[in-house]
Amino acid sequence: MGSALPLGEPAPLDGLLPASASVGARERAFGVYLHVPFCRVRCGYCDFNTYTAGELRGARQVDYADHAIDEIRMSRRVLEASGLPDRPAVTVFFGGGTPTLLPADDLVRMLGAVRDGFGLAPGAEVTTEANPDSVGRDDLRRLADGGFTRVSFGMQSAVPHVLAALDRTHDPERIPLVVAWARDAGLDVSLDLIYGTPGESLADWRRSLESAIGERPDHLSTYALIVEDGTKLARQIRRGELAEPSDDLEADMYELADDLLAAAGYQWYEVSNWATAPGHRSRHNLGYWRGDDWWGVGPGAHSHVGGVRWWNAKHPAAYAERVTAGLSPAVGRELLDEPTRETERVLLLTRIREGIDVRSLSGGGRHAVAGLIADDLVDAKAALAGVLTLTRRGRLLADAVVRRLLED
Amino acid sequence: MSPRAANPPVPAATDPALIRNFCIIAHIDHGKSTLADRMLQITGIVSDRDMRAQYLDRMDIERERGITIKSQAVRMPWQAGDTSYALNMIDTPGHVDFSYEVSRSLAACEGAILLVDAAQGIEAQTLANLYLALENDLEIIPVLNKIDLPAAEPEKYAKELADLIGGTPDDVMRVSGKTGVGVEELLDRVVERIPAPVGNADAPARAMIFDSVYDSYRGVVTYVRMVDGHLNPRERIQMMSTRATHEILEIGVSAPEPTPTKGLGVGEVGYLITGVKDVRQSKVGDTVTTASKSATEALAGYTEPLPMVFSGLYPIDGSDYPELREALDKLKLSDAALVYEPETSVALGFGFRAGFLGLLHLEIVTERLQREFGLEIIATAPSVVYEVTTEDKKTVTVTNPSEFPTGGKIAEVREPMVRAAILAPKDYVGTIMELCQSRRGTMLGMEYLGEDRVEIRYNMPLGEIVFDFFDQLKSKTAGYASLDYEPSGDQAADLVKVDILLQGEQVDAFSAIVHRDKAYAYGVLMTGRLRELIPRQQFEVPIQAAIGARIIARESIRAMRKDVLAKCYGGDITRKRKLLEKQKEGKKRMKMVGRVEVPQEAFIAALSGDTEGKEVKKK
Repeated sequence: MGSALPLGEPAPLDGLLPASASVGARERAFGVYLHVPFCRVRCGYCDFNTYTAGELRGARQVDYADHAIDEIRMSRRVLEASGLPDRPAVTVFFGGGTPTLLPADDLVRMLGAVRDGFGLAPGAEVTTEANPDSVGRDDLRRLADGGFTRVSFGMQSAVPHVLAALDRTHDPERIPLVVAWARDAGLDVSLDLIYGTPGESLADWRRSLESAIGERPDHLSTYALIVEDGTKLARQIRRGELAEPSDDLEADMYELADDLLAAAGYQWYEVSNWATAPGHRSRHNLGYWRGDDWWGVGPGAHSHVGGVRWWNAKHPAAYAERVTAGLSPAVGRELLDEPTRETERVLLLTRIREGIDVRSLSGGGRHAVAGLIADDLVDAKAALAGVLTLTRRGRLLADAVVRRLLED
Repeated sequence: MSPRAANPPVPAATDPALIRNFCIIAHIDHGKSTLADRMLQITGIVSDRDMRAQYLDRMDIERERGITIKSQAVRMPWQAGDTSYALNMIDTPGHVDFSYEVSRSLAACEGAILLVDAAQGIEAQTLANLYLALENDLEIIPVLNKIDLPAAEPEKYAKELADLIGGTPDDVMRVSGKTGVGVEELLDRVVERIPAPVGNADAPARAMIFDSVYDSYRGVVTYVRMVDGHLNPRERIQMMSTRATHEILEIGVSAPEPTPTKGLGVGEVGYLITGVKDVRQSKVGDTVTTASKSATEALAGYTEPLPMVFSGLYPIDGSDYPELREALDKLKLSDAALVYEPETSVALGFGFRAGFLGLLHLEIVTERLQREFGLEIIATAPSVVYEVTTEDKKTVTVTNPSEFPTGGKIAEVREPMVRAAILAPKDYVGTIMELCQSRRGTMLGMEYLGEDRVEIRYNMPLGEIVFDFFDQLKSKTAGYASLDYEPSGDQAADLVKVDILLQGEQVDAFSAIVHRDKAYAYGVLMTGRLRELIPRQQFEVPIQAAIGARIIARESIRAMRKDVLAKCYGGDITRKRKLLEKQKEGKKRMKMVGRVEVPQEAFIAALSGDTEGKEVKKK
């Protein structure tokens, strides 16, 4: 999650939602995101909303679970008071930061609050992100026992010099260990990889891919490195200490990933995500792309319910202050009008394999389809059958496809 | 003599014998305005308290660049011996683009102060204006300015001036406009040396317009030099070129603020206000007479201004087009030489094809549009006027490359020529000759001015001068060379139109008429520049330069392969959507050339590249 909050209107102190938010809610899945804004060190490329011990300005990591639980209880009351129907959480996702910097018991307690507040749907997906060097065998077992079903490890690379350029501190040798522990605990496993790191060659990337595939995770995400303004990496590039990642090399890397993953039996289901089978896709993330509802708990977390999007106070100290005072931690929100919701629908659905129904598009969007087929950006067969699904070339140019679909 | 005249002559009743009309001929930064300021102060018509630097230059642009675009005339009293005189100082524009205005200002005078920087010596433009002054039989008072500077070499340059105009180095006065040293002596010299005006007080009135300025409060202020007769308040006057009549609402002299008088008599210099709103109704060089008792013969020397350089002016934001039209309409009121008509360009949208007296004029107009009207505009590469004769004996006047007849049916192209004079230290002669030869110049002659400076004269195509020449000249001579040029007819030349194509589509803004020998270089330059400036598209984009159907240079922009944000999760959606909206907004500023999206900025950058003639610095 990018760290700068958007500009919106002020959010009400009681957090209440307008009546429009409940329209059609029964048809939308409901998920909960819990942000854990702590890291041991800040990696050079990262601009996520996360803090090292020295940056907490009085907020305390040990109190965090309690504050988050306060917000979960409040969220339950707010949804009810705003006229939303009772919906159990279909997915829960702990992200960060580094969720596993908190004791496993804290994470389990937070999950318990979700269960108490909303209930968990049968077969609910409960994921936590984990840093390979901050999670142990016992932690993983305790999480599984506490109801977690899935863990996503930030592997990033198998190549030491690439990890070093990313400021990642873990030893690549640790990946097989943590994957095995997660398996033993009965958790589904996902691995995250980053490509396009300054100094990373196509051969380096192949090594990381082969190493990750060798662990046989159920799910893999590969992300092109985004150089965010204000990060150490951006400064290093500006000063010429590191080379800016090249789009062409990144395109080669994406194609290599797609080849190797397909050959190993992984199927893409979102621009940057692959899974061994539909059942192993991240249902939580699919909720974002399908425009479902979710409540984001924690500092800087974004929520979306029925066309209302809001975001919480960014700093853990400001967040704690508001939650402790019984106020909504939301500091800003936007009410999405119909055209804006349509824009988001197209921009999100385009990214996933299930794609967009051609008939649901505006006149301009439908008009663009023939050109997208001609330019080999969407799959021709699927398009003729009425669904727009990106080709590999289309996935690499997905933003351009979205622009064309949204042209007036 | 005395800083304040005892009994200054009264306007409208001044004996011509007590009048001295003079101007100051000087190069741009040789201190003319500072000297003029000092004269205003010493003669007492501007109090020390009101003195602001460069009083006479009214416009911001002028003050900033230290150039005078519009002249003014100031009447100053001066006592020499027991007699009080009226000195009319006519401030002349200093640039070759305005040579016609210069010539009219000179025609209003009997004498000229030739002002030269004692650290730099005479420059080409000064020389050109000096020729004009001598042609008008003006009495020349040579003066070295800035003698207070440590780098001043008065002996050297006094000799140079004496060699040029005759006389001895001792005749050359030495002043400092900055400190005031020598300025009183100079005013005495003006009285002593410059002849009094001569005219027939009883003849029908004849006054020459030497300047015409638009004032947003008062309408057009017309500056005149009376030759014969008398003009009075409330009198009906007639412009002899158009026969149009107007009533004088106000008549007066500048002292230096406008001061109404009971009229103007023989030899006097002053202003008229008639309430007209457009300087075209009061043209520089025209003769003013009275409607009731008209003169039969106009004063000599009037010509219509003739644009020499053309350029397309386009608003960067297409929706500013109506504002641009309005701004040009307003500028026209104060700039009789500005001409324009609507034009459209595939690349740049709606704009105007405008004609200018020269490159500086073009630059001043574009700068005024930006500064005074807040318009962001782009000017296409300047072009000159070509006469193209086709094989079926038709002649087309081409002011825009898009009008150049296509196909193989051209019989002859004639291009305007200029006689260029370049002044530079002698060490640079070789470099300058090389540059002029490469610009198809024919050498006319070379003369030494003093010991180490040379005047080199060339006959050159104007088209070569508007393309980058002055910048090149300056950079190759460490800034020492100065340039002046005047029209010298036309010549037949092997000129072709080079088109630039993006994915096979012609981009009109980049078409240029160039000599056949230079077509390839132009093609390589523009295709290379565009390759750097146009962002990658989803497909490969060939960029070609062509003469007719023949491709002479080619580049290509490789297809973009990746355009996707890797991560898009819950907290990224708003940001991602806003980015998309921004891109959509940005697309409105994109111009489509066929299927290729080109940012407006790319066109602008390509048109204003380093090596183009648009960037003419002050001369």
